[in-house]
Amino acid sequence: MPISREQVEKVSLLGRLLFSDNELDKMTCQLSDILEYMDLLAEVDTEGVEPMAHALDISDVFRDDEVRPSLDREAALAGAPHRDDECYLVPAVLGEL
Amino acid sequence: MNKPYTTIIGLEVHVQLATRSKLFCSCSTRFGSPPNTQTCPVCIGMPGTLPVMNRKAFELSLKTAVALNCEIPRFTKWDRKQYYYPDLPKGYQISQFDLPLSQNGYLPISDSKNQFEPKRIGIIRAHLEEDAGKSMHDEAAGVADSRIDLNRCGTPLLEIVSEPDMRSPAEAKAYLTELKLLLNYLEVSDCNMQEGSLRVDANINLHIDTPEGKIATPIVEVKNMNSFRAVERALEYEAKRQYEVWQETGRKLGDVPKSTHGWDEQAQVTREQRSKEESSDYRYFPDPDLVPVATTDEQIERARASLGELPAALRTRLEQTYNITPYDSDVLVNQGRDMVEYYIEVADACGDGKPASNWIQQDVLRTLGERQIGIAQYGVSAKALGELIGLVKAGKLTTSRGREVLAEMLASGKSAEEAMKGMGIEHLDESALEDLCRELLNANPRIVAEVKEGKQKAIGALIGQAKKKNPNVNPARVREICLELIEKEN
Repeated sequence: MPISREQVEKVSLLGRLLFSDNELDKMTCQLSDILEYMDLLAEVDTEGVEPMAHALDISDVFRDDEVRPSLDREAALAGAPHRDDECYLVPAVLGEL
Repeated sequence: MNKPYTTIIGLEVHVQLATRSKLFCSCSTRFGSPPNTQTCPVCIGMPGTLPVMNRKAFELSLKTAVALNCEIPRFTKWDRKQYYYPDLPKGYQISQFDLPLSQNGYLPISDSKNQFEPKRIGIIRAHLEEDAGKSMHDEAAGVADSRIDLNRCGTPLLEIVSEPDMRSPAEAKAYLTELKLLLNYLEVSDCNMQEGSLRVDANINLHIDTPEGKIATPIVEVKNMNSFRAVERALEYEAKRQYEVWQETGRKLGDVPKSTHGWDEQAQVTREQRSKEESSDYRYFPDPDLVPVATTDEQIERARASLGELPAALRTRLEQTYNITPYDSDVLVNQGRDMVEYYIEVADACGDGKPASNWIQQDVLRTLGERQIGIAQYGVSAKALGELIGLVKAGKLTTSRGREVLAEMLASGKSAEEAMKGMGIEHLDESALEDLCRELLNANPRIVAEVKEGKQKAIGALIGQAKKKNPNVNPARVREICLELIEKEN
């Protein structure tokens, strides 16, 4: 198995996903299959090939530093599950990150 | 006082770049707007949106990196740093991981009061990333929810990471002061700590000499410091705390994970916060929405050409050209580029750097402080102040009388000569002054007699009388003339 059950548990925690024991077993198998398949790529000879940072062979795309109108606050907050007149509301965030 | 340990400090500084719009979208970066009025689908992380890099933010970063003597790789890219927090709507921050836009620089620091030897603080890297939003929680009000304002989301930040090269809280403060001054000269940020334009995190631990050899204490990251003074105090406190904990527990680097402490300004202590996640937990990967930037030699040269004369070079020039002390040049340069230009004009106008520096430090700076204004708003031009200092130097005005003239110049906007005329100060020519002295001597034979007996101090009374008759007399000159006249009589 290219990925252990512990690793899957850790990744699910980081992704804030809660799985049952059964699901964790299933995920471990499925992710292992995917990773094994991706290992095929390792067979390609990449000697002397520069690593790519991006799928497109372009660089230096910029915009000018100009201010344009922002979203109306009502529109911005429209999809929020909880809100007051000005802000999004979330369960209490205590302490600094 | 010799401490039984060496303090090792490295600093991470986040600087908000002076752009009008955000890093990846066209929302305004203005501070203090009503919550959630400066957001758009890009910065609040709506699906299907595409970030596009702000050219100005990149240029300001490059300029700063060049000024910090950094190497500028010809290829740089942006990565996603993933973590969940309510003020980060995308679930990741766009930052730079393995190919930052600059690295391996340094910033020289020194202390005009010689508390430490001049040294170079290494800069590991300076990279460009986006800011998160703001969480507000009113614990006192007992409200269950936190309120989230996303106005700040996507504001461009330059993160400047130093090597752990500082050996005392005083050096850390000096580094921050010099860095802030440099950023001010470069005009890349307003560096306002109150508004969060400049934020400092510190990493600190101790190297302790023990009979078994040198040991290091666990590294602590200190956050939440709202002024450079607070940084200095927090680090002083933290060093002492780490030494005490080591004495108690013997815990070394590696025994416990790196921890984060927040500075409590009220209590003047650091308190432990949640443990730091391992950096691999951020699961960085190249952001497929942004293309890389291939920095060119030409861009770097343009950035270098735009730097202007920087603080360290200016201090040296002022000391060498105008013959002032390192302390004086430091005070002037720390006031900013406008003040240095003003000083140079004053010094050139009066032909003497030292009194120009004294007048600015004692009189001009006091007024600026009292009125909470900058030199640009000061009412006396450099040329006019130079002229006044010239008159004092030539003995046509005493320093204290000069101060009164300066006050009048400041109030009326007049030149030194005009102000003097307006105040009825006419320069006494030598013969008029001699007449005045002769008159005084004739009226005070007793004092003359005392002087003749060797009591030169007695002249003091005559100076007082001379000032009463004409407030514009130069006391030193009156003394000289009186003594000369008495001498002649003998």
